Amino acid sequence: MSQSSQHNINPLQTSTQLIFERSQSGRQAWAQAPNEASVMAAEDSSNPALARRPALADLPPHFLRRVSLAMPEVSELDVVRHYTRLSQRNFSVDTHFYPLGSCTMKYNPRACNSLAMQPAFLARHPLAPASRSQGMLSCVYDLQEILRVVTGMAGVSLTPMAGAQGEYAGMAMIRAYHRTRGDLARTEVLVPDAAHGTNPATAAMCGFQVKEIPTGPDGDVDLVALQAAVGPQTAGIMLTNPSTLGIFERNIAEIARIVHKAGGLLYYDGANLNAILGKVRPGDMGFDVVHMNLHKTFSTPHGGGGPGAGPVGVSERLLPFLPTPFVIREGETYRYVTEKERPQSIGRLSAFNGNMGVLLRAYIYARMLGREGMVRVADYATLNANYMLKKLQEAGFDAAYPQRRATHEFSLTLKRNNQETGVRALDFAKRLLDFGYHAPTVYFPLMVPECLLIEPTETESKATLDGFIAAMIAIAKESREDIAHLQAAPYTQPVRRLDEVRAVKELNVRWNPAN
Amino acid sequence: MPFIPHTELEIQDMLAAIGVKHLDTLFEEIPKELRCDELTEIAPGLTEMAVTRLMQQRAGQDPIDLCFIGAGAYEHHIPAAVWQIATRGEFYSAYTPYQAEASQGTLQVIYEYQSMMTQLMAMDVSNASLYDGASALGEAILMAVRANRQSKKPRILMPRSVHPHYRRAATALVEAQGIEIIEIPFDPQRGAIDPASLAQYAGQDITALVIPQPNFFGVLEDVDTLTDWAHKQGALVIAQVNPLTTAVLQPPGAWGKAGGVDIACGEGQPLGVPLAGGGPYYGFMCCRQEHVRQMPGRIAGRTVDLEGRTGFTLTLQPREQHIRRAKATSNICTNQGLAVTASTIYMAMLGAEGLARVAAASHQQTQALRDRLTAISGVKAVFKANNFHEIVLQLPKPVAPILARLTDHGVQGGFDLSLDYPELGNSLLICVTETKTNADLDHYAAALQQILSDSKRTAS
Repeated sequence: MSQSSQHNINPLQTSTQLIFERSQSGRQAWAQAPNEASVMAAEDSSNPALARRPALADLPPHFLRRVSLAMPEVSELDVVRHYTRLSQRNFSVDTHFYPLGSCTMKYNPRACNSLAMQPAFLARHPLAPASRSQGMLSCVYDLQEILRVVTGMAGVSLTPMAGAQGEYAGMAMIRAYHRTRGDLARTEVLVPDAAHGTNPATAAMCGFQVKEIPTGPDGDVDLVALQAAVGPQTAGIMLTNPSTLGIFERNIAEIARIVHKAGGLLYYDGANLNAILGKVRPGDMGFDVVHMNLHKTFSTPHGGGGPGAGPVGVSERLLPFLPTPFVIREGETYRYVTEKERPQSIGRLSAFNGNMGVLLRAYIYARMLGREGMVRVADYATLNANYMLKKLQEAGFDAAYPQRRATHEFSLTLKRNNQETGVRALDFAKRLLDFGYHAPTVYFPLMVPECLLIEPTETESKATLDGFIAAMIAIAKESREDIAHLQAAPYTQPVRRLDEVRAVKELNVRWNPAN
Repeated sequence: MPFIPHTELEIQDMLAAIGVKHLDTLFEEIPKELRCDELTEIAPGLTEMAVTRLMQQRAGQDPIDLCFIGAGAYEHHIPAAVWQIATRGEFYSAYTPYQAEASQGTLQVIYEYQSMMTQLMAMDVSNASLYDGASALGEAILMAVRANRQSKKPRILMPRSVHPHYRRAATALVEAQGIEIIEIPFDPQRGAIDPASLAQYAGQDITALVIPQPNFFGVLEDVDTLTDWAHKQGALVIAQVNPLTTAVLQPPGAWGKAGGVDIACGEGQPLGVPLAGGGPYYGFMCCRQEHVRQMPGRIAGRTVDLEGRTGFTLTLQPREQHIRRAKATSNICTNQGLAVTASTIYMAMLGAEGLARVAAASHQQTQALRDRLTAISGVKAVFKANNFHEIVLQLPKPVAPILARLTDHGVQGGFDLSLDYPELGNSLLICVTETKTNADLDHYAAALQQILSDSKRTAS
């Protein structure tokens, strides 16, 4: 027995068997298979897909499946045990502090889940008549109103299914606005170099050329560069405020003036809305369109990478272009606006009505916060971030922008640590897992060398923050004393550091029944 | 303070550590003239008890009818275990598995999901999901434009038998990139693409042909002939399918004479995701190995750790926006992870036999309802064609008022086609799944019979 496998007597840690590998031919979760009048003999008994079923007797054989279908053959308990165990091989907000910068990993209240999953909501077909969907539509309408007020915009559509789709909707509206006015020369979108990767990717998807604007030494957008970049070709600018550096863009009013004067519009990336909820509104800062990430600011679950929701809010002049469908109220009844009623809309972005279940969770959360709770979100998210930053600075870590106040998150640079010991941000990330903390965002923003972007959120206590700070100090100490040990971390996870180069070179992205 | 753990003492300690007296000082960099007043338009906060009462009242105010609407979202039974496990906090409150070592659960689920989807579709590779079926079709079109390097001018043949919402969403998502979407008519007798109508495009530069199966009308398209025709033109084939039906229908990877389609996509909702008023669902996408680097979205791969143990990680990330920025394959960032987790559990639970039974039972019940309804005077099937699991019926009167009357009987009777397909007259798309009993079908038929005979009496 090798030394490494001796660490792993815990069956949770050794179990990497796939559900397919638990199969026994002929086993079935019988309570879940609908009864069906006798299935005729399969042409190949090992392959149920090839069975001739009386229910399908009206279909000519060439329409029917003639190739094998190797799916798991397992019992209901096998399934429950397998996926319960897999869940235990994860870090999550419910189990671990998860200070992933720019992702706002706050507590997801359980009531939001259980109330959104009431059977009457789950059973509702997206094309059910409005007269039979008033309860759900009223929640959605109320959420639209709350988001409209909180962002200071003139109208909101909830239909985008994620932040990136909200970005798309926003940029598509800016494109439609210019085109409607016959202003076809506006082909360029300005994006600060600190922006999320989705911003330039979205602008490109909307057919725009992307022009990067540098950040000045104090972390604010370089106004001289901005002034030089704008012109009759400028469709707009995409900004996150607070920026991805975790600082508030102080010149936002001046930026709005410069871009508007040049005929462009301002797009607000709501990734960091948590920092300013109830303090300052994108509409008041001069933005023409804003998207929100409900899975961040409004605490809907991240779900292992989605589903999110990316509603958009717009100023008066972009109202006609809002994506459909959205809910309108007529007296005491609610209905979806039809595409015919919105001839200038950029159209629909999904098959149905957006991620309704996510919207319900956000609505429930917003109602529990209320007006006073929204401001507290910003207050305590900011308090937590500034406290951590101060304590980490005192412990010898370098802030990327030490002269600036942190917002709800802050960026550290490990450049000096790297020069002194060779330690990298990645090593800190992996070693933190051994201390029971999910890693912060690393190597983003790209312009900060050896960057850790840390976002504690308002739902974490001082004791949790202190524990994380102590872990950071311990890792810094280890980097000076035993760098080799640090560079081989983690040690306590189900697997050690993974070979990502091999994952690309010997691409294996599915189980193969032949193996 | 709801969801905020700070005690007064802790707040004071933390402010002192920072070196400020008041919380509001932390916001001093926001220009004063921009600060907003109290948001008086928003109501004060509610306790969990109060919000529970509110939400129970909202959920309870509409009756739960017998639903015979399909049109892209399907009511199937979902085993209780599926969402109980999917909403375990360890899945529910985790994020994208950036730190692979601490996310092996999520990553293995994605890997298993990819394996199941490639089996169902008989394709080489699957991604970790996209937003929904309609946006997946948009992404498939963008991918085909990247992947078909012979095609110089992006032109997509889009049949009118594809879901109208899908066509509109796909157009909204691709039009800014100068891609031409050409509508292909359907044969009014059969409700399927008429291969003869494609003849005019023979020899032209066509980037891709979209083939729905079953199509929006529930009609089965002649997928083999269409696939071979497209490949002969140098066009790629994008299959847009209901994944549940591929448990019994020939999957896209086996269409045509040589190797199947290039990209298969569609709506994953039928596989264990509730109707829930329209989402969250997820879009799936599979492709041939040769196109994998053009595929959008996350992909999980199998690899080994420092000690040679099997592990899983996100792979092929250089395609994605956080690395390639403006040159990425898509702006997509998240997928629909939780819905995919549920779907993976659902597929594992049902297995090949269970999925085939759900699909077969749904079809059987659809045909049984067709027989009951077409026995009513003036009601007939619109198309002479093989259908699967959904069917278009013609009513003797305008559809909308009849649907409204049906709700008085607790029946949501189908999707009115007259807005999207005025050429089909008073046509109704109905769907039945394994969740409906024969008594349910009898109830629908009796209600429709009564409404039609009442209206005849009123008219005479």
